[in-house]
Amino acid sequence: MNSSSLNISIKDVTKTYGNFYALKNIDLEVTSGEFLTLLGPSGSGKTTLLMVLAGFTSPDYGSVKFGEEEVVLKPPHLRDIGMVFQNYALFPHMNVKQNVGYPQKLRGVNKIDMKKTVDEALATVKLDGLGHRGVSELSGGQRQRVALARAIVFKPKILLMDEPLSALDKKLREEMQIELRHLHDSLNMTTVYVTHDQKEALTMSDRIAVINDGSLMQLGRPNEIYNNPNNAFIADFIGESSLISVSVTNKKAYLGTSEILLNHSAQKDGKYLLVVRPEKLFLAKKTEKNTNLFTGVVTESIFQGESQLLVLKLEEEVYGNQSLQMRIANGFDLKGKIPIVGDELTIGLRKLDSFIVE
Amino acid sequence: MATVGAHLNEEALKRLDRQERFNLFGLTLPYLGLVSILIIIPIGWLFYMSFIGRDGTLSFENYTRMLDSKAYIRIFITTFKISFLTTLICALIGYPLTYFMSQLPKKWAGICMIGVLIPFWTSLLVRTYAWLVLLQKKGLLNNLLLDFQIIAEPIKFVHNTSGTLIGMAHIMLPFLILPLYANMRSIDKDCVRAAASLGATPSRAFWTVFFPLSIPGLLAGLLIVFVLCLGFYVTPAVLGGGRVIMAAMKISSNIELYFSWGAASALGVVLLVVTMAILFIASRLVSIDQISTRG
Repeated sequence: MNSSSLNISIKDVTKTYGNFYALKNIDLEVTSGEFLTLLGPSGSGKTTLLMVLAGFTSPDYGSVKFGEEEVVLKPPHLRDIGMVFQNYALFPHMNVKQNVGYPQKLRGVNKIDMKKTVDEALATVKLDGLGHRGVSELSGGQRQRVALARAIVFKPKILLMDEPLSALDKKLREEMQIELRHLHDSLNMTTVYVTHDQKEALTMSDRIAVINDGSLMQLGRPNEIYNNPNNAFIADFIGESSLISVSVTNKKAYLGTSEILLNHSAQKDGKYLLVVRPEKLFLAKKTEKNTNLFTGVVTESIFQGESQLLVLKLEEEVYGNQSLQMRIANGFDLKGKIPIVGDELTIGLRKLDSFIVE
Repeated sequence: MATVGAHLNEEALKRLDRQERFNLFGLTLPYLGLVSILIIIPIGWLFYMSFIGRDGTLSFENYTRMLDSKAYIRIFITTFKISFLTTLICALIGYPLTYFMSQLPKKWAGICMIGVLIPFWTSLLVRTYAWLVLLQKKGLLNNLLLDFQIIAEPIKFVHNTSGTLIGMAHIMLPFLILPLYANMRSIDKDCVRAAASLGATPSRAFWTVFFPLSIPGLLAGLLIVFVLCLGFYVTPAVLGGGRVIMAAMKISSNIELYFSWGAASALGVVLLVVTMAILFIASRLVSIDQISTRG
């Protein structure tokens, strides 16, 4: 346990709007000092959950504890959390210093400490010397940093962020992801971060909570979520994948008439989906061991910079009507031959990388 | 290459651009015509008449009389006092109401707004006489209070300053609410939330964040109300019962009773100049854009 952070314990939190469940019996433990991301598509309930933590939305029932303290009945201004809003929510009538100093002023911090902490916070977000600027004179990235400085200046034990990077362009967003993560590591505040961007979640988080339709679908480290998604929704939502219908009989999986080797075999017979990550497919020899081999014809071959994306139509007599996406890294040794539309290929998916979801 | 016409289609594209601007300017012509006929010419005439004395020669007598006569000074004081008090009442009633509406979901706010606008769309004269019916000596309100024996004698609500203020505040209120509402709706709700998350109590968040951000809308509303009040005629004439004489009423009586177009014009000119001065000073405080686009 670190003294500069608190754990968050969410139990049975439920919120309805009429007949619509925005949150359905959410149980979630955020450990002290952790960077946890709430990931889900828009309308999934992730922001509602963050608003419940911040105190702007009251759940119908359920418990939220910061440390040992129940906060669900506490108004937002008594929760002592730092929060970064999606559109930054900087005060337009105050300059940068006044914005960052605002929480300190509320706490009656004296002038000397005020200046010290504000300068410190601005230095932390690399905005030293911009204190006298007006908010409207700042770029999007700078506003984002001011919002962050304002949220951490009073050293809250919990930091909440609501899609803080969504308004930035891609390059800046990717830089800020790394920077925010470093910042979290140095400040060690318990951080709950909301995003709909799965790549951002994978990049930044200690753990990811995937939320859909108001329910918590899976909780785990980024590699667990990516490599072992619980269901088809997560497999589809996180990363790229081709979902291929397979059937299981007597613990053996079949794609069309061809048997598929699986990392974990299914316990029950029935219909499943094989999750195929495009980058896990490779051009294979017919003799490859412990590998599922597929043959098919290239129907698309698209150059995408760092990789070549291929779409393969699998041999219909063997596999039924199925297509696969496959990625070949640019620089991968193809012996000078990039597959073009019409090429017939044999591709492999290792048994280790083969898993199915319901 | 800097020479004009050296690039492909450069001349033609410039011509197209000029043509478009000219077409846009054309849209303002009807208005410009109207302004010159209905405003610039009559106002020029007004200025001219204000410098014509009783004997028909050029003189300043219409203006000097205003400075010398106590009656005129009293009229100006009354005009400003009534305008100021009406504006104040509008602010005190309108600000909380508008704040309430701005916090409602859009649907409910729309219904409230209709409540504000329906009186606004009703004839001024009708509303003014409606107040008279309600508030006069044997009016509805006095009868009700007498019937319930809350009062022994009828209260004098109208034909005095208070009647004028009640009527004017009611009529002016929408002019304050409309720009203020537009302004308050444009305030980012997350700003107030941010203040709360940073530790501000609801009242602290209101006074440090919401209120300062609503000042442009409030000033715009106050200005419109004040300026409209300065030249107001019907309501003080009816509800003031001849005891509250404002500038516009004096203008009317100068013409109708004394046939003194010169004196009336001079008063009109002073009113116009004062109004322009107030607008000018206000435009220094708030950008005029905010008043016109949000109004």
